[in-house]
Amino acid sequence: MGDFVFSNLTRIFAWFAFLLLLCVLFSLCVASAPSIHAFGFHFLVSDSWDPINGHFGALSAICGTLMTSVIAMLLGVPLSLGIAVFIAEISQGKISKIVRTLIDLMAGIPSIIYGMWGLLVLAPFLADHVQPFVSDAAQGIPYLEDLFGGPSLGIGIFTAGLILAIMIIPYISSTLIDMFRSVPPVLKEAAYGIGATRFEVVRKVVVPYVRKGMIGSIMLGLGRALGETMAVTFVIGNSKQLTASLFMPGTTISASIANEFNEATGLLYPASLLELGVILFVLSFLILAFARLLLLRINRKKAGAH
Amino acid sequence: MKRMQVTRKISNNIFSMLCISSVLFGITILSSIFYALIIHGFPALNLHFFISDTPAPDSPAGGLRNAIVGSFIITTAAVLVATPIGILAATFLSEYARGKKIASIIRFVNDVWLSAPSIIVGLFVYTVVVHPMGNYSAFAGAISLAMIACPIITRSAEDMLNLVPNELREAAIALGLPKWRVIIHIAWRASKQGILTGVLLAVARISGETAPLLFTSLNNQFWSTNLSQPIANLPVTIYQFAMSPYRNWQDLAWGGALLITVVVLFLNVLTRYFAKSGGKRS
Repeated sequence: MGDFVFSNLTRIFAWFAFLLLLCVLFSLCVASAPSIHAFGFHFLVSDSWDPINGHFGALSAICGTLMTSVIAMLLGVPLSLGIAVFIAEISQGKISKIVRTLIDLMAGIPSIIYGMWGLLVLAPFLADHVQPFVSDAAQGIPYLEDLFGGPSLGIGIFTAGLILAIMIIPYISSTLIDMFRSVPPVLKEAAYGIGATRFEVVRKVVVPYVRKGMIGSIMLGLGRALGETMAVTFVIGNSKQLTASLFMPGTTISASIANEFNEATGLLYPASLLELGVILFVLSFLILAFARLLLLRINRKKAGAH
Repeated sequence: MKRMQVTRKISNNIFSMLCISSVLFGITILSSIFYALIIHGFPALNLHFFISDTPAPDSPAGGLRNAIVGSFIITTAAVLVATPIGILAATFLSEYARGKKIASIIRFVNDVWLSAPSIIVGLFVYTVVVHPMGNYSAFAGAISLAMIACPIITRSAEDMLNLVPNELREAAIALGLPKWRVIIHIAWRASKQGILTGVLLAVARISGETAPLLFTSLNNQFWSTNLSQPIANLPVTIYQFAMSPYRNWQDLAWGGALLITVVVLFLNVLTRYFAKSGGKRS
């Protein structure tokens, strides 16, 4: 009798996570129904955001989200790869332990602190010391001119991407370190034995061995970058204008919601923001699910090898 | 032959230099953050900071007493809700469904929740709690934080329960105990420290969460401990004050930021300590 009660009690709570997922999706869809009805598919491809006249489109927010995430990946993945290789392959003993602790510290800092630091320290630094030079250097070169033009504001899409890159470094590198350490030492010894350099060992032995897991952890970082809210809200500038320049203010899905939801009045305005939320949820769920599947497969392989 | 050796050596050295510079980049960022926090935040941490409520813009005195207490209330409530749910879910995964397909499905969903965007949780709680109830409340804030804490606790509790040696359970079953008492008296007790670690991790994570609180507990300029009313909390206060143009608000935001960071990092260190001593025993 006790067993029956207890096992079913735990079963109910275990299903909680699953149930919650369905509830969230369902309730957000219901709540955003007015906007789904009003705009339909057009919502995804329209860039008008006009609360006064009641026209809403998600394009600028989606573009901003994708652009900041792509910048975050382009900057963050090589950096975390470098850090992971340093900790797992280059440094030894104490140094490796200290660096690992520092990277773990980075993961612990709340995102609002990154946002504040970005707004009050990083953005002025970029505006004074980096952006003017980059803009000047890109002057006259087609495409690059558009990409890096505009006034040096400090805040903008590039700054948001940079902050995101910094924030995902600890997550990606710590999973990478664990994976690098799971490579059987014999394989590496064999490669070193035939005279391979460290670069060759990493490129030809370690990376191929953990490739699937690497993609998984990078996707996990991407999932975080897509959904990250506070740090981005601080530095993105929240402008619904679509621009080609990375140094201009833009917006992301999560920043739009964070900035505007409390002020949204009427029926369509909050519903549109909720629909943005649905898009973000579905997008990040797909990416996170894919990442977890890849990582799960790696773990199974590891467990099978024992 | 010689040339090939040289290019290999050069590319190896460039690679090592790149790795070292990315580590230096990370350390520079980290020290810049700590430097800014200490330089701006430390002067703000005086007695007033802890005993006065949030001030009006540009008024001289003021502190974050109501925000600190509010954060404490919301976090405590969230942990009280999330801990039993998390532990029970972990118990099912580890004790009743270990190795079964259901366990891996639930674990998978739980893992996805671990890194789901927290602002979505805020939106969800807004639509199902705040909107029907008609006002923002500390209660809604606590629910949203509990939703974030729960998967963390489930995950680490399950890992810890899996570490409990089966011989202990078998010995207890051999004595004639029913399974549910074996779990409560043997498995839970043996993994007490690990479960505590998970709870601390969850507290560290949710004490800095801002996005879900924006539309659930909102903020409050005044002293309030009423769970059904909007309540002040550190993250949202920091967000509003740091974005504001007022000098005294920005100073308070730096002070609050330093306070949160110290608390979160202290919790992380504590977790590490517990995890280490727990690991040694098993």
